[in-house]
Amino acid sequence: MRRVATFVVGSLGNRLAWITAIAVMLGLWSEGRRGNVAHAAAGPPLTIGFIYVGPKTDYGYNQAHAQGAAALAKLPGVKIREEEMVPETVAVQKTMESMINLDTATLLFPTSFGYFEPHILKEAGKYKNVTFLHCGGLYQDGKHPTNVGSYFGYIDEAQYVAGVVAGLSTKSNKLGFIAAKPIPQVLRNINSYTLGARSANPKATTTVIFTGDWSMPVKEAEAANSLIDQGIDVLTMHVDSPKVIVELAERRGVYVTGYHANQAALAPKGYLTGAEWNWAKVYSDYVAWVQAGKSYPHLLRGGLKDGFVKVSPYGKAVSAAAKKKADAAKAKFMDGTMVVYKGPLKDNTGKVVIAAGVEQKQTDVALEKMDYLVEGVVGKTH
Amino acid sequence: MTIGASSVSEPPSDAAGDAARGPVAATLAPAAADDEIEARRAAIRKMVEAIVVPGAAIGAALVLFGVFIALTGRNPLAVYREMFRGSFGTWFSFQNTLQRAAPLMLTALATALPLRLGLVVLGGEGAMVLGGLAAAAVGVHLHTPTSVKVGMLVTGALVGGSWIAIAGALRANRGVNETISTLLLNYIAIALLNHVVEGPLRDPSSLNKPSTLPIGDDNMLGTLPGLDVHWGLAWGLGACLLFWLVMQRTTFGFAARMVGGNVRAALLNGLPVRRLIVVVTFLGGLGAGLAGAIEVAAIHGTANASLVTGYGYTGVLVAFIARANPLGAIPVAILLGGIGASGGLLQRVFDLPDATVNVLQGILFLAILFSESFYGRRWSFRRARAARQAS
Repeated sequence: MRRVATFVVGSLGNRLAWITAIAVMLGLWSEGRRGNVAHAAAGPPLTIGFIYVGPKTDYGYNQAHAQGAAALAKLPGVKIREEEMVPETVAVQKTMESMINLDTATLLFPTSFGYFEPHILKEAGKYKNVTFLHCGGLYQDGKHPTNVGSYFGYIDEAQYVAGVVAGLSTKSNKLGFIAAKPIPQVLRNINSYTLGARSANPKATTTVIFTGDWSMPVKEAEAANSLIDQGIDVLTMHVDSPKVIVELAERRGVYVTGYHANQAALAPKGYLTGAEWNWAKVYSDYVAWVQAGKSYPHLLRGGLKDGFVKVSPYGKAVSAAAKKKADAAKAKFMDGTMVVYKGPLKDNTGKVVIAAGVEQKQTDVALEKMDYLVEGVVGKTH
Repeated sequence: MTIGASSVSEPPSDAAGDAARGPVAATLAPAAADDEIEARRAAIRKMVEAIVVPGAAIGAALVLFGVFIALTGRNPLAVYREMFRGSFGTWFSFQNTLQRAAPLMLTALATALPLRLGLVVLGGEGAMVLGGLAAAAVGVHLHTPTSVKVGMLVTGALVGGSWIAIAGALRANRGVNETISTLLLNYIAIALLNHVVEGPLRDPSSLNKPSTLPIGDDNMLGTLPGLDVHWGLAWGLGACLLFWLVMQRTTFGFAARMVGGNVRAALLNGLPVRRLIVVVTFLGGLGAGLAGAIEVAAIHGTANASLVTGYGYTGVLVAFIARANPLGAIPVAILLGGIGASGGLLQRVFDLPDATVNVLQGILFLAILFSESFYGRRWSFRRARAARQAS
């Protein structure tokens, strides 16, 4: 009898919950219908799909792209559709197809480096009248479909400037760099940062720790703690989301320079500056070309001068002298006279990697295959 | 505790009869005259239950998720309409769903089969990653398209199987908790993948995305005829059916399920419990390893960090919702594939975060787990009423 009673009471409770839920849903439905009608009144805009590999609020790689997308959303005649956390497998192919088939997108920005091969190449072959623009600078003329473009920025220039600030802010002359993988792009950032620091403070060294993957919050925190325990007082990084490292640096009272996006809000005291992407500029240019029906560059790259990357506004802790030095370095990038990689340059095992008299400018392909750490970096590439 | 949904075929003497059903079996015995009718009725009831209970659980989950959506200020019906459009509503969407379901059917096996023995294995991710790595490593050394395909799938499956069997052997011989060991083995597998791909097997021309040498476009698995879905779907369906037959229609499968029901009873009956544990974990791992090999053979053409997709963990969800039934894994994988396929639209149309899909999956998972307690319940009420009227 008691069981029956419980059952009746229980199902009554359930029924109440259901009725409430259905009532709420019906109410919202009618509300939503009105909204939909208003929405449908707009003209046929250019629908642009953005695909991110991680969360778009990661204070890092994906957020930088999402900021670019947000800038496009403000343009007239443009509709943005965004999807985050899309893994680099058949899922991204299906997301692209879904954006094309169900959202009628004709311009796609699949933003993760790993989306290019085979995923974008495959979809570009399938959907010839859709434009695929990819972040990574991997386009090869003649080899890849003509409805594909790939862009990238020389963010190591901003890292160089951040290095100058770091070199003049450290008291222990020890900087720390937490990086994902020892691949050319990452090594170039570490080296530029170190060269920048040592241009302003020859005694500065950069200790590097590789975590092994792009998003490893626990390992990143361990690495940050370990570096701080070694007496390092300025941290920077090349990982997808710098959030953990920046917050930890602030809590432990050391300086930090950011990466990908602006993390000043996470470390109001210790955030010196940072190397940021400026995708808003790149994306606005691309959309203008596509909307005008003009041809667009299939391989597009640029640095500080071109507005592809920028340096975060200096934090409170940056001294006037450091600001002056950093601004001077930035000015040289802006007028194109700065060459970061010039001989004689030794790696951290003493081997000469660029002979005396040789200059490797920003666009030199030799830099794309970088496999060394320059003198002044404490760490190994493997 | 029986986990299988289709305990229909289990003989009445099944030692695995769960505690809730115990008294039912006891009341059956006196009514010897109506034995056959009762048995038939019980069979029908179980079949109906196997459909109605999970169906109702899914319905309840959808209502709960609707409330959640309403709380975020969106219209739940509009959300469901878009979800349907994105998952089953168009031919494109349905193929999208099937494509996403394919690897889940295979990774689900890594959890589903050991679950029949009462083992909770979470190692599908690691088995899949290593299966893919091994397949890529072998694939580049073979030369004809057929040998590449066969070699990759066989190697991938065997490596995946062996990987989960490690946890099975540790469980059988040293009493190591298989849940913890398989979870940790996932981390080891991913670390191994990264090490091998960035070190010994790295294609020197893969600069910023370290990968193994590509197997070549001619050696890739293609799409199913008439569909825009790769061959992984056929392998997934085939493997689920095969393992269902093995578990449900062979003495081996019966022995395995008996271990799951009661280890002591199994031992008393002279069943080789340790060997069964190792073999079943191996068989489960075959599925996940095969999923990895197919990822490489049908999609990537090379092994790299992109193999770490989380399919192994979603497979755990599939296995539990399917109540460890390999055949049940097929519709569940399609359901979750559909949720995955429509998840993008939730983000794009309603500006909901990606985690929304996780919320729905979580609610589904809990609803299905709670619904376990409803099996045989309605029946016992009617029985109780009948007993009262009789007295």
